Amino acid sequence: MRESTIMKIHYGTALGAVVLVAVHILFRITMMDYGESLEYQNVLANYKFVPYAIMLEIILVLLSVHGFNGLRVILLELKQGRSYEKAVTYGCVAAMAGLVAYGSRTILMTSMGMT
Amino acid sequence: MSETQGIAEEQSSTEISSQKTITLKIAKYNPDHDSSSQFASFTVPYERWTTVLDAILDVKKHLDHSVAVRYSCRQASCGSCGMKINGRPRLACFTKISELNSDVVTVEPMNNYPIVRDLVVDMGKLITNHKKMMPYVVRDDSEITTDTKEFAQTPEQLEEYIQFANCIKCGLCNSACPTMATDSSFLGPQALAQAYRYVADNRDKGKDKRLKIIDESHGIWRCHFAGSCSQVCPKGVDPAMGIQLLRGYLLGFKK
Repeated sequence: MRESTIMKIHYGTALGAVVLVAVHILFRITMMDYGESLEYQNVLANYKFVPYAIMLEIILVLLSVHGFNGLRVILLELKQGRSYEKAVTYGCVAAMAGLVAYGSRTILMTSMGMT
Repeated sequence: MSETQGIAEEQSSTEISSQKTITLKIAKYNPDHDSSSQFASFTVPYERWTTVLDAILDVKKHLDHSVAVRYSCRQASCGSCGMKINGRPRLACFTKISELNSDVVTVEPMNNYPIVRDLVVDMGKLITNHKKMMPYVVRDDSEITTDTKEFAQTPEQLEEYIQFANCIKCGLCNSACPTMATDSSFLGPQALAQAYRYVADNRDKGKDKRLKIIDESHGIWRCHFAGSCSQVCPKGVDPAMGIQLLRGYLLGFKK
């Protein structure tokens, strides 16, 4: 993939994450008292409300993609070399996929009431 | 004849007329023998108009002729005498001692380049990256082809890139660049600014090729936009802005 395409994704995921995290926080503040919204049953209720669970899943994907690409960029600047760069790129993609898979599993299990 | 000699002698050294002196600390390092750089201090007389290069050459002439320094035009045109003066990359021939406002002037080789000896650095990578950008107008026709007229430009078209055409390849921008300090494969602000110079030239047809060259993992996207490259440029080129404008082409904001 071309670096400009990767960076378009990087900027796009950052913008998307900012918007959705803002929506997420607004929900916490506006629906009820903030402290109350963090109570166990209320948190579970979020996951059981499918549109909200989908939004959390999207936030997870956006932040994972953006964060791990950021980490890849930092690591590429720290040290250079063909094999090192390949390891960093594939390592970051694997870690990103792992995090998305684990997070999705949590969201899915909670929304299905498997807690 | 004797009068001419007298004038020449008086001009050759500032010692005769000057009362003021500074301590000039010169970094001495020979990679073949030394493990690290050591500073040698010299007391040098100076006048209001004495440049750092003049002071270094004074030391070289009278006190230590082993000092290695590269210079040529002495008028900020050739870009040979780039070095770190009191911690900041500058041209030695363009920096007057009187304007540094310091009793101690420290001169070191530029950062981010391999040191050849003392104040002389290897500019090989800068030139290689500069050449990579195809620093010439790319066209199928030429001004000498039949039926082709002069490649005329309007003042507005010239304005698009003329600032970037002032680059003298002194390498001060690369020396000040924080990304170059860590990423040895980074193209550098000099090369990227040159890429913009030709991309923005309406006569040029090599935009796509150049954009492809800079759009790689150690290319334009690694710039952190610190802006130090633009701050140290002695010719007023603004590489940081050139890089951002190039990003506009790659992100589709500019055509």
